[in-house]
Amino acid sequence: MNEKEIKEKVLNLLGEIAPEVDLENVDPKVSFREQMDIDSMDYLNFVIALDEEFEAEIPESDYTKFMSLNSCVEQLKQI
Amino acid sequence: MAEFKMPTLGADMTAGTLIGWLKEPGDQVNRGDIIAEVDTDKGVIEVEVFVDGVVEKLLIETGAEVPVGTTLAIINENGKSAEKVTALQKTETKKPIKEKRLRVSPSARKLAEKLGIDLQNVNGSGHGGRIQRKDVELAAQEKSAVAEVKTKPKDKALEKESFTRMRQAIAAAMARSKHEIPHYYLGTKIDMSRALDWLAEENANRSIKERIIYSVLLIKAVALALQQMPEFNAVWENDELKLIEKINVGTAISLRQGGLVAPALHDTNKQSLGDLMKNLRDLVSRTRAGTLRSSELSDSTITVTNLGEQSVETVFGVIYPPQVALVGFGKIYEDVSVINGRIKGCHKINASLAADHRASDGSRGAMLLAKIDKLLQEPEKL
Repeated sequence: MNEKEIKEKVLNLLGEIAPEVDLENVDPKVSFREQMDIDSMDYLNFVIALDEEFEAEIPESDYTKFMSLNSCVEQLKQI
Repeated sequence: MAEFKMPTLGADMTAGTLIGWLKEPGDQVNRGDIIAEVDTDKGVIEVEVFVDGVVEKLLIETGAEVPVGTTLAIINENGKSAEKVTALQKTETKKPIKEKRLRVSPSARKLAEKLGIDLQNVNGSGHGGRIQRKDVELAAQEKSAVAEVKTKPKDKALEKESFTRMRQAIAAAMARSKHEIPHYYLGTKIDMSRALDWLAEENANRSIKERIIYSVLLIKAVALALQQMPEFNAVWENDELKLIEKINVGTAISLRQGGLVAPALHDTNKQSLGDLMKNLRDLVSRTRAGTLRSSELSDSTITVTNLGEQSVETVFGVIYPPQVALVGFGKIYEDVSVINGRIKGCHKINASLAADHRASDGSRGAMLLAKIDKLLQEPEKL
């Protein structure tokens, strides 16, 4: 999966969890929680969705590595 | 005979619109079964029945708006339905349940297949209850009407109307609260280091889907503290305090389109952390999808709100009447604590209590917060 495909999938997953998010204007460098109305339950659902989509068993201690679009893509590229 | 009435799903609700019946006359119902869907200020709610019996008669038609307390249906608590008899036969003989025998016109059957309508749920208007094409068309219309309301409204006007109604409901409840309830407020700082360390270890052994968020620890700690402080797990009605045996913590959940609902986690004190997490996830997802059940809206005995998610340090809550208390939690922040003269870094959370002074006094409120604090220092016992 190339970078563009990963990015699209991550954004789609975000859109499913927070349908009101304007996916076209997500700042890839800024953390999701700073720019969207998502709480810890939403974030857990997002991590679960990443796990299902990319088969990435993300330890809780690594959650901070998946906080923004750019960091997500970087991490998922390595899987 | 029992009367099934339009329930009140909050202090602010005065009426509801019947969207659809999920049972029909002759159907067996058991306590907790969903019998109807009702549109309220809080969205579409699945309404449960509170007795066992057989639906005798449906009194209100789909689409009608009726005041709270209106009898919607009659339920015969001693009756036996055709389905019940069949179900009993099933238990005894292990034979499959026979479906209701239907008389259906060929064109109606064809149309039902095309539209995905279950003929068992269609009322026949023809001779002897024969289902005709127009009955299937009607059933299809009702099905799509329910689906339309249950999905997020796409039409801007509908969205605005739903938002306005929700705001009006919140306005009514909060104005009543501030008008009637003499609030008092207490706050304390709770060291969360031990709880968070324990949770990190616990989650390391859990699969992603089974991981627990720290809010669950807060909710459980409140529920356990209430076991020893029953005057906060109560309602104030008719000028007196009524203690409630069951502890059903209402959890404030913000809706994406705006507004707020605080549905109940039933028997919060008796649930394991894993079960509470599972049920909270389910509750958040159903709250936002608009598929809450009536008991979840009417059974809360206290409210817990965790606005720390939005980065606030302290919550000064407004009690949801007729409840008599609300516990609020702010964000978790880094701080220092001094133990035996030594300074140590730690994580803290500001817990607050908004309580009804008619129902309790500050000294008891302080004890409640102290108990919550103590419980959070022994997370393994939660």
